[in-house]
Amino acid sequence: MHQTESIAAEPEVGAAPEITAVPAKLGRAIVVTSGKGGVGKTTTTANLGTALANRGAKVVLIDADVGLRNLDILLGLESRVTHHLLDVLEDRVAIDDALVADKHSENLFLLAAAQSREKDEVETARMQSLVTSLRERFDYVLIDCPAGIELGFKNAVAGADEAIVICTPEVSAVRDVDRVVGLLGNRFRPQLVINRLRPQLVKKGKMLSVDDVNSILRLPLLGVIADEPEIIVTTNRGEPLALRRDTPTGAAYHAIAARVAGEDVPAPMPPAAKGSLLERIGSLFGGKRT
Amino acid sequence: MIEFLKRLFGHQGSSATAKERLRLVLMTDHLELAPEMIEQMKRELVEVISRHVEVDRDHIDVTFERQDRTLALLANIPIISVNRPNGNGSTKRDEPGTPSAEPAKAKRTSASAKPADGETPPARKRRRRKKLKPSPAMTPLVSS
Repeated sequence: MHQTESIAAEPEVGAAPEITAVPAKLGRAIVVTSGKGGVGKTTTTANLGTALANRGAKVVLIDADVGLRNLDILLGLESRVTHHLLDVLEDRVAIDDALVADKHSENLFLLAAAQSREKDEVETARMQSLVTSLRERFDYVLIDCPAGIELGFKNAVAGADEAIVICTPEVSAVRDVDRVVGLLGNRFRPQLVINRLRPQLVKKGKMLSVDDVNSILRLPLLGVIADEPEIIVTTNRGEPLALRRDTPTGAAYHAIAARVAGEDVPAPMPPAAKGSLLERIGSLFGGKRT
Repeated sequence: MIEFLKRLFGHQGSSATAKERLRLVLMTDHLELAPEMIEQMKRELVEVISRHVEVDRDHIDVTFERQDRTLALLANIPIISVNRPNGNGSTKRDEPGTPSAEPAKAKRTSASAKPADGETPPARKRRRRKKLKPSPAMTPLVSS
């Protein structure tokens, strides 16, 4: 009682002690971005969303790539999309009518992008308030950002409060991520997923390694995904690999999801490449090349 | 097999090339300065420093280095003499409170060169030492 009085007497000191009835904890809004196209933003969004939903979280995926809708394809939901992001933003349909329930994971929903519209038709402020309203209902709002750093990027980022950046081990991709991280600033606490790594090539010195990439980007590493043919197969089928936890890549997505959720598990790494027979013989004779 | 022999003889993989290209491209990205501007900056820097000390203009090394998410300018400018190059014998303006006795000044010559030396990669050290060799010749310059 005494304390309350003293706080009331000095309002500038008192951080009001829980007077307001705070609404249930807001979910997290995470934008998945990269700058460069074709590095796996959509694939990562689909798989991370699937993995998070399988952990029991309520997840909504927003395809912010207006004009180039693809997230529905990766999830195998293309035939179920009836309304899209702009329908909601322009008040033509209620959000619940536009959300598409996932086939495989009951906690997972998709808000598809408009296919025949353009990115600059999205109103940033509306996008922002849409994401905020979704955060009240979902544990995670994952926003699949379009490539580029123009308006489409700005709109995708508008409602987010965290970022996951996707980078492949290529000069161009690293450069673009560096730029995007610079644009995001510290507010989004960007975390890194390195995608499409080929351990064999890294071993031969023909591809940038995880350390090469992250010695430049210096971001918290969520995990590394190897370039595996099975990703193409699952994309063909519209079934994210994260559904198959028994595969190395599926398990890697689950580990990334666990890390996103704050669990203290090691960042998944692709298995180190085995050297060729000749190289192994070479290393027997004291070659310590790595 | 060829690959193996190449590696055996220390051939660098293309990832090393990628790394170096990346380093350079990011350096200029972060600077947002054209190479000519960097050159000019170097010249102006040397000009300012030359007002106070005589520098070895042929062995100036200005580089940029990333430190976390910022960029640092590292300038390695060998000093030949602390004297003004055109030596009008004026006393040093920024020597706080040391009434300058000539021998003490001569000592400071090498002292001021040392910190820079400490920061250079080992490969450059030898060169720097050579540069410092003529220091006996500096003493008369200073005392003049």
